[in-house]
Amino acid sequence: MKYWLEFSEICSGDLSEVGGKGFALSELARRGFPVPGGLVVTASAYRNFIRETGLEGRIARELYRKPLEEMRWEEIWDAALRIRHLFVSAEFPSALERKIRIAVEEKFGRRPVAVRSSAPGEDSSDRSFAGLHESYVNVRGTEEIMEKIVLVWASLWSDRALLYRRELKLEPTGSAMAAVVQEMVRGERSGVAFTVSPENDRQGLIEAVWGLNEGLVDGTVAPDRWILDRENGRIVSHSPAERRWRAAPGKTGTALKELDPRRVGQPPLDAGRVDTVFGLFRPLADYLGGPADFEWTFEGKRLRLLQCRPITAGRREETEPGERLWELDDRRPWYLNLQRSFVNLKKLRERIEGELIPGMEREARRLDGVRLERLSDRELTAEIKARSRIRDRWREVYWSEFIPFAHGIRLLGQVYNDAVRPADPYEFMDLLTSDGTEIEERRRILEELAETIRNNRKLDRKLERGEAGPEGSRFEKRLKEFMERFGELSCGVSQCALGREGIISILREMASQPKREKRKHPPGREEAFLSRFSGERRKTAGEVLDLARASYRLRDEDNIHLARIEGQLLKAQKEAERRGLRPRSHRRPRGKKKSGSGGGVVRPRQLTGQPANPGLARGRARAIRTPADLFRLRSGEILVIDAIEPEMTFVVPLAGGIVERRGGMLVHGAIIAREYGLPCVTGVPEALERIPSGAQITVDGYRGIVVIHI
Amino acid sequence: MTGAEQEVRRAVRKLLASQPLAVLCSAGGEQPYANLVAYAPSPDLKSLLFVTGRFTRKYDNLQDNRKAALLVDTRTNRPADFVSAEAVTAVGEVKEVSGRGREVFLRNFLKRHPALDDFARAPSTALFRFRVKDYVLVRTFQKVDILTL
Repeated sequence: MKYWLEFSEICSGDLSEVGGKGFALSELARRGFPVPGGLVVTASAYRNFIRETGLEGRIARELYRKPLEEMRWEEIWDAALRIRHLFVSAEFPSALERKIRIAVEEKFGRRPVAVRSSAPGEDSSDRSFAGLHESYVNVRGTEEIMEKIVLVWASLWSDRALLYRRELKLEPTGSAMAAVVQEMVRGERSGVAFTVSPENDRQGLIEAVWGLNEGLVDGTVAPDRWILDRENGRIVSHSPAERRWRAAPGKTGTALKELDPRRVGQPPLDAGRVDTVFGLFRPLADYLGGPADFEWTFEGKRLRLLQCRPITAGRREETEPGERLWELDDRRPWYLNLQRSFVNLKKLRERIEGELIPGMEREARRLDGVRLERLSDRELTAEIKARSRIRDRWREVYWSEFIPFAHGIRLLGQVYNDAVRPADPYEFMDLLTSDGTEIEERRRILEELAETIRNNRKLDRKLERGEAGPEGSRFEKRLKEFMERFGELSCGVSQCALGREGIISILREMASQPKREKRKHPPGREEAFLSRFSGERRKTAGEVLDLARASYRLRDEDNIHLARIEGQLLKAQKEAERRGLRPRSHRRPRGKKKSGSGGGVVRPRQLTGQPANPGLARGRARAIRTPADLFRLRSGEILVIDAIEPEMTFVVPLAGGIVERRGGMLVHGAIIAREYGLPCVTGVPEALERIPSGAQITVDGYRGIVVIHI
Repeated sequence: MTGAEQEVRRAVRKLLASQPLAVLCSAGGEQPYANLVAYAPSPDLKSLLFVTGRFTRKYDNLQDNRKAALLVDTRTNRPADFVSAEAVTAVGEVKEVSGRGREVFLRNFLKRHPALDDFARAPSTALFRFRVKDYVLVRTFQKVDILTL
């Protein structure tokens, strides 16, 4: 099989080699539609690449470390990042490279091109992968085109695509990817058109922006909209946008530029051009045998067709008010939402820091001000319902705004790995720091208190006997301040039964060991990263880093803000319980299962998870099933836990290693393990069910396994 | 029976049912030895039957040391094996079956391997019953469970 095919060479049997997009473009070109010329790097080239580089087996191992359906989306994110890194670091097999390089060089020379994904066998009339794989525009020169082809291949394994394939129950390892390399058109006005409007099937829809249509597609430039009568193309309505920006070709890729003031008041399309775009409606619908959406651009007066695909049944780009993102049947909008562009992330940061967090704080304060004990039973019941709604609303915000903002960290990972190509795909984490966060402040004060005990044996003995330190001493003052400031955080949202006693127990345990320092990162890593860029691009890299740091800080703090709201609901429920209005809720303890008389005993020898921080640790397990268990942790024990919440991280420096049920490189357990250099395995679904406290275990942070020595 | 035990038993049963041959590991003196044998598991998984010639190295080894292991796996010798192959190792002791019970056990063995009838009934062939102490089940490359019977 050929590793590339010109549009004009592609015939009906090549669909599985060139993918839906590549096939459609070649068909459209053959039928005389105004499609810019190009070629398709075939799925065979992709298969050759992954076979020759050994990626085939490594991808399978990443994806089947445990069943895909058992992986949290964060674990899938991590697997996607690691797989992308494998592609970026792989050496192009020389014979394959030579063939593609020659074709690309002869066809395009130094002319700018677009490199687009075209996955065979995936788009169809009832499902769409649109937007889930990568495309790159304004790519110049063979070197860069070759790099982008590899990135397009890698995007077959993007987090979004994996999540969507899991949803559709498609077997990921059977997938392949072709790449369309196509002449780039420097469009002055561009857009998207739907031959059938999603809102009214008697109408069509055109959306248009000034500049390239990348701004429209990624949501950074708002489009003007025209609703048309499908029968005759008559304009039914025109809704102008607030026109401020346009996407324009940069040195490479695209850049967002301010719109020329003369164009601000001028719609991108006049009636004649609307009619020209409408002229493609019927021929495209006839060609596809049903409704189509297509991307187009005007180069001067000449209309060019960029891509075209069938409109999928029941497709929705936005959720209805009141729908919960995590409960939708078609979660593609949410998967798409996970990948925010840099500009969107910057906007999201402004919104989170300027509106959402202050809003949550205000809400928690307002709820805290309600004197629950003064409410009648009926009022209290209504208050609980209202608080439950408020909690749901903020939880939705958490999902739709805070979680996608975590992508700021991954964006840095991607930029860093592409520029630096480090051996460890998580090296970029060293550029992030939790200094200045509330959680870090709490850890610092605890260490300071432990240090006082470490240096004062008399005080230690007094505390051991359950006595307080000297009245008015600095230790007692600091401890009191600590309890007032962080008391509510020491046991999560529920009241901590142990209170002062629990904190003293932890402090004495910390004091019994030498101070544990955070891992020092090699100096100059930030500059080593930034020095890979120059001029405007260096500035952008700096902004990406700043954004990632904000995202990293928020990861600690968003849970705390949400926990405060949830805490207010809990408070009202407790008041109701106190009055006997609601039965006390009983949760079945995790891991307790009926035992019976099967005659055999099963014990785990090795459990599998994700390697979250390298290293080996052997010690006694301390399984955390209740907040009080946290205070029983002894130095060197292995913390086995469902999920380390930010408010629990203060005990981590005591642990010899961490095993966490919740998976992902950016869960708190993994982050803090990395900071302290502790071996850590996350994403072990049966951790608490199958590892009892006291068992001797080994955490293998290199391979992501936990060995139980019984 | 716990959910975990049920699940592991199911997986072991399925694996044993899927493969007619196993690798038998025996030790004579200090030298371990491995070879392929046809086997048949009992419905309760507590024993595995296999036959061997009396003039073989494995027969000598098993006379010398009754402790043995049997490995059954689903590898297909493709890259996907690293994630999808499953293996179970049975650890226990063997005993040659003789006397009145032999015919019953032999029939059970031959139900699974009717083609071995001549071989199994030959006077120079011994029928062994492998009593399983533990099954060590390995899945997804490195997830390991031990089922003790």
